[in-house]
Amino acid sequence: MAAERAKAEPSTQIWNDPNAVPYIRIENVTKKFGDFVAVNNVSANIYRGELFALLGGSGCGKTTLLRMLAGFEQPTSGKIYIDGVDMADIPPYERPTNMMFQSYALFPHMTVEQNVAFGLKQDRMPVDQIKSRVDAILDMVQMRQFAHRKPHQLSGGQRQRVALARSLVKEPKLLLLDEPLGALDKKLREATQFEIMNIQDRLGITFIVVTHDQEEAMTLSTRIGVMNSGQIVQVGTPKEIYEYPNTKFVADFIGSVNLFEGHIIEDEPGHVLIDSAEAGTPIYIDHGISSAPGAKVWVAIRPEKMELSKANEGIGRNCAPGIVKGIAYMGNMSVYLIKLDSGKEVKVTMSNQRRAAEHAIDWDDKVYVSWHANSPVALLS
Amino acid sequence: MASDNPQQTSLPLGGQIHRLLTALGIKQRTAVILVPYLWLTIFFVVPCIIILKISFAQTVIAQPPYTPMFGPDSVPHDQLFDNFKRLFGDLLYIKAYGNSLQLAAISTVFCLLIGYPMAYGIARCSPSTRSLLLLAIILPFWTSFLIRVYAWMGILGKEGVLNDTLLALGIIDAPLQILYTPIAMYVGIVYTYLPFMILPLYANLEKMDMSLLEAAADLGCRPLKAFCVITIPLSLPGIIAGALLVFIPAVGEYVIPELLGGPNSLMIGKVVYDEFAQNRDWPMASAVAVAILLLLVIPIMLFQYFQNKSQEAPK
Repeated sequence: MAAERAKAEPSTQIWNDPNAVPYIRIENVTKKFGDFVAVNNVSANIYRGELFALLGGSGCGKTTLLRMLAGFEQPTSGKIYIDGVDMADIPPYERPTNMMFQSYALFPHMTVEQNVAFGLKQDRMPVDQIKSRVDAILDMVQMRQFAHRKPHQLSGGQRQRVALARSLVKEPKLLLLDEPLGALDKKLREATQFEIMNIQDRLGITFIVVTHDQEEAMTLSTRIGVMNSGQIVQVGTPKEIYEYPNTKFVADFIGSVNLFEGHIIEDEPGHVLIDSAEAGTPIYIDHGISSAPGAKVWVAIRPEKMELSKANEGIGRNCAPGIVKGIAYMGNMSVYLIKLDSGKEVKVTMSNQRRAAEHAIDWDDKVYVSWHANSPVALLS
Repeated sequence: MASDNPQQTSLPLGGQIHRLLTALGIKQRTAVILVPYLWLTIFFVVPCIIILKISFAQTVIAQPPYTPMFGPDSVPHDQLFDNFKRLFGDLLYIKAYGNSLQLAAISTVFCLLIGYPMAYGIARCSPSTRSLLLLAIILPFWTSFLIRVYAWMGILGKEGVLNDTLLALGIIDAPLQILYTPIAMYVGIVYTYLPFMILPLYANLEKMDMSLLEAAADLGCRPLKAFCVITIPLSLPGIIAGALLVFIPAVGEYVIPELLGGPNSLMIGKVVYDEFAQNRDWPMASAVAVAILLLLVIPIMLFQYFQNKSQEAPK
């Protein structure tokens, strides 16, 4: 569900520019808690003005990495540089970062206004200047009328906006967001997502967002770093991550996917042919992957890139027969659960273009699942 | 009429009580609250009223040793407040009150200064260490309070542990007079009441959300300042609860000043005892006791006010 983004990406994919200097450099960072390795030899370069998402399941080390950037945890080994400065000996209260906490961590004994002004007061900013900055940021998150309320008098969504305002008001070099939209309902989430993108555009602050929600990562970020058991397994734009996952884990974690185990018969620069007993049909891919013939591979095909038909197209490849075992009607589309003749179950989504289509596919129908030669991705691990 | 029903007798006890309460028109919830309130009325409110009554009487050589409230021998109306007039007119009583309040206030401050770091330290330990340290705080309660005060006499006395140690180390040439001075009294009270300060403070600090301190640091606040502007304001209910739990009993403290403070320590608790046991002036003793009670009711009301306020505003 990667929303097409109209915003100008920082100098169009700055990370592909070999001369660009990264703003945040994470170099071989490892964090151990006793015997447990929370973050394992992670390296990443993040550029000025990026909105970088760290995406992963619970316990994958993404929050630990974020806390190391904020200075609440010290890396066991490795270095973190922000704007060229080594952060090793810099305590949290001297770092050019601000964090929005998952629990919001609003000071319960202070009003909204006092909460937001707290950071500016630490910098000994003149009172009138604090006042105007606080008012401006509260206007931006539409919380001005609640300025004199205490946090316990606010709803979850309002607290979240106060927390965002408090972390933004100091205009940090790096803003860290820990599951910023976790506690919000769907409507509010979407509104806030666009609000965050908007703010990022206007203030040009570099953001790092930790999330377990792939949809959130897809919509918000310029690039995503997918994390699994303490490591970043793939970094790329939302589109790259979705269309060209590099491992089974990423393919499976982002969106939904059908995976077929098989082995390579032919691997030419222009195409690959894979024999898969699970698919029950040879799989032809129209680009090479350069691996040894006979090597074991997994083929990933997204449900929306598959098609169902009642007639056999009869090309002898990329087409597997099966039986419809389940249909989930979702309004704009339907998800079909197909049991292939090989015994493997696959998911296929079809958009509902017409109301009550004439040749509607029904339960227990015999169907053929097919896909285009550029749809599958062959994965070696 | 109830005996007409043969099933009535086979009802279990709970059912019988239920029937009785229904017959009396008392709701079950009311009944649950009623029991402790009855207890407190009989053993606290009634005695208090009796003492209040005696405080208006005059002493006589009789059994009981005071004039009755009503009847031909009762105190004339214009003399009803004589005891209280004496109380506020005699410098002895005023001084005793002042001493007791001073003792309680200074002891409370010391308890807070010692207890806060302890409570903070315990609250920041790992859960298993925490329960061990809390046990150590509560452990002294397992021996008699009196024995612990006597132990302090053994420590602070002329030939006590403290003086012996200091002499042996060559820090002093002659034993220090600590026992039977105000210092010994403060040591005893602070020692005895410290757990009452630590426990409510611990309960408060243990609940504190540590991410608030991280948020403060993240916003550029140094740890010491964060302690002053975040931790202390948030632990205020705990500080108030602890301070009142120390202050209130310390005002009326009798045993510790008597045993450790020596003959010159004039405390209000001792005055009550002397009036009652030595002078056999029950009305005067009662008047002093009533005055203490009034003196303490104000802090208790403050305490309740703050408790209600903290419950009204959950995090």
